Amino acid sequence: MAKPAHKSKPRAKPSTPPRQQLAKSPTGIPGLDEITGGGFPTGRTTLVCGGSGCGKTLLAMEFLVRGATQFDEPGVFMSFEETPRELNDNVASLGFDLQSLIRRKKLLFEYVYLERSEIEETGEFNLEGLFIRLAHAIESIGAKRVVIDTIESLFSGLPNPSILRAEIRRLFRWLKEKGVTAIVTGERGSETLTRQGLEEYVSDCVIMLDNRLHEQICLRRLRVVKYRGSTHGTNEYPFLIDEDGIAMMPITSIGLEQDISTQRVSTGVQRLDSMLGGKGYYRGSTVLVSGTAGTGKSTLGASFADAACRRGERAIIFSLEESPKQIIRNMRSAGIDLERWVRSGLLQFHSARPSMYGLETHLSLMQKAIHAFKPQAVVVDPLNSFVSGGNEIDVKALLMRLVDFMKCRQITGLFTSLTTAGTPIEHTDIAVSSIIDTWIVLRDIEYSGERTCAVYVLKSRGMAHSKQLRELLLTDKGVQLRDAYIGLGGVLTGTARSNQEAAERAEQLVLKQQMELGQQELATKRQILESQIAAMRAEFALREVASLKNTEQQRALETLATEQRKQMGRFRSADKLKLASSQRANPRKSK
Amino acid sequence: MKKNPVKDPSRENGEVTADADINKYVLKLYVADMTPGSVRAIANAKHICEENLAGCYRLEVIDLYQQPHLAKDEQITAVPALIKTLPLPVRRVVGDLSDAVRVLAGLDLPRKTT
Repeated sequence: MAKPAHKSKPRAKPSTPPRQQLAKSPTGIPGLDEITGGGFPTGRTTLVCGGSGCGKTLLAMEFLVRGATQFDEPGVFMSFEETPRELNDNVASLGFDLQSLIRRKKLLFEYVYLERSEIEETGEFNLEGLFIRLAHAIESIGAKRVVIDTIESLFSGLPNPSILRAEIRRLFRWLKEKGVTAIVTGERGSETLTRQGLEEYVSDCVIMLDNRLHEQICLRRLRVVKYRGSTHGTNEYPFLIDEDGIAMMPITSIGLEQDISTQRVSTGVQRLDSMLGGKGYYRGSTVLVSGTAGTGKSTLGASFADAACRRGERAIIFSLEESPKQIIRNMRSAGIDLERWVRSGLLQFHSARPSMYGLETHLSLMQKAIHAFKPQAVVVDPLNSFVSGGNEIDVKALLMRLVDFMKCRQITGLFTSLTTAGTPIEHTDIAVSSIIDTWIVLRDIEYSGERTCAVYVLKSRGMAHSKQLRELLLTDKGVQLRDAYIGLGGVLTGTARSNQEAAERAEQLVLKQQMELGQQELATKRQILESQIAAMRAEFALREVASLKNTEQQRALETLATEQRKQMGRFRSADKLKLASSQRANPRKSK
Repeated sequence: MKKNPVKDPSRENGEVTADADINKYVLKLYVADMTPGSVRAIANAKHICEENLAGCYRLEVIDLYQQPHLAKDEQITAVPALIKTLPLPVRRVVGDLSDAVRVLAGLDLPRKTT
């Protein structure tokens, strides 16, 4: 049965271009249809090859099951290796209910039993029996899809390879004539794609599966070696087999066509919000918090998740180093109560050691968790745990796909990354900076026997962010940011900063006092000056009065002298000249 | 193979014998269509049986195109296929039966001696 998880997933079908395209039968396997541009070629045979245990049979089976359940195309499974019972048991754990499909005539098993020791060749033969069986099976349920797994078993089960080769060639022609979409599986050979060189006969579409170990962890990959008449993704695409069957991660080739939000979400730290243009991160953006050990990366992550839950949104924290209980305890000491959000169902923890699964499984599990919980905020702490032994490229690919996956869903993602001591601050183990929208760097500053932590926004796309360094304090009320002291001696934080601030305060006090003193002095001087001016004025007024009085005196004296002269003249009978002149001067008196 | 002294003379005589004798060897020859190969196989089968099992065998020729479900039931892949269903164990050979020695060996049938 198809799983609702896949059914509800919006499948990005490539928009059908107007030009004539090769008809394709969708596999329904998430991701595979995107790579092949719609599925396997309809009415043709696809060869699926790979080493043992790489998922050939499962891929083929899923092609049939999904064909029957999702696309109403019944299928025939011709098996040379496993009996119907074995197959049924093997895929039951993947949630395929084969029995029900068989009952509804959507699926038919054709088990071909070959035992070399029981068959003696006595002359010319052909495989008409096989053709008859296949034709009968196809007709009895009206099959559109056929799987032959593994046709190479014929070579070990029957004599005379030259006859077999001719017959297999005929079989492929026959399948094409029948118009069924077929998958033929083949074991990988040492130098050829398949042991018996089946790729010579099947020339329409060849898919190669690979299963390789890296650092003791299994990586499964799929590659479209050839697809005649169609474009296809040419890379090796990782896939995984989980409890829902094959899942291929959709995919870097999807492109960059996500919707973009202008909405902002809080970082959970007020001052950090204000550093980011006053509003915080963009919704759906990707945030990297990098820094050396113990600088508060996880706490910033937890603050962000906490803020999301406060808004009533859902959040997931993927922890690769700590257990949920440990995180809850640690964050409580920083004044962030995550437990209440877990209890109210807004917050989920997913803790797994990086070594527990391969990268692909991690990615798939993350995607499944995100798909199921539909969070608005995701925290991955820390990213570098994935890095081990030179797989940075894979980790970057993983991150890129995770980022694309989240962006498509408008999920804001916060990743933390540990910067190894001694490396440049702007260095991350995985060169992820190019896919990061907002990068917050935490760095520790050691100064005069103290270690403090500073934070700054290295970049933040699409917003005017602060370019200043702030001191980050982990208080029992959460993360707080303080202005860092930026002076001639560089950036000072912690007690150095407070020392510096105290020194500055003292200096200012002295300066202020000096200024006050100066002002007082000036006032006194003014007072003195004013009193001096007043004294001088008084003195001047005195002199003025004196001089006035003097003038009056002089005038009085002069008048007095004139009078006296007149009298003296009269007494001494002054001559006429004198009389005349005096008469002129005083005509009234001369009469 | 068990030796049955009663049946041996009857076979030598070539007489029509009891059911038990006819069913001693039950052989089924599966062919697909009457192709030259099929025709050759049928002729060869008859010849080998007559030569070696005269009188105590039953040979059934089945065209799979007439009864395609039998191909599945009998696990036929390659044709022509000659299957010995009795006596047990079931043995089978494929091919046009042109190599009589291999047919007899493959089906574990007694070669006619003397």
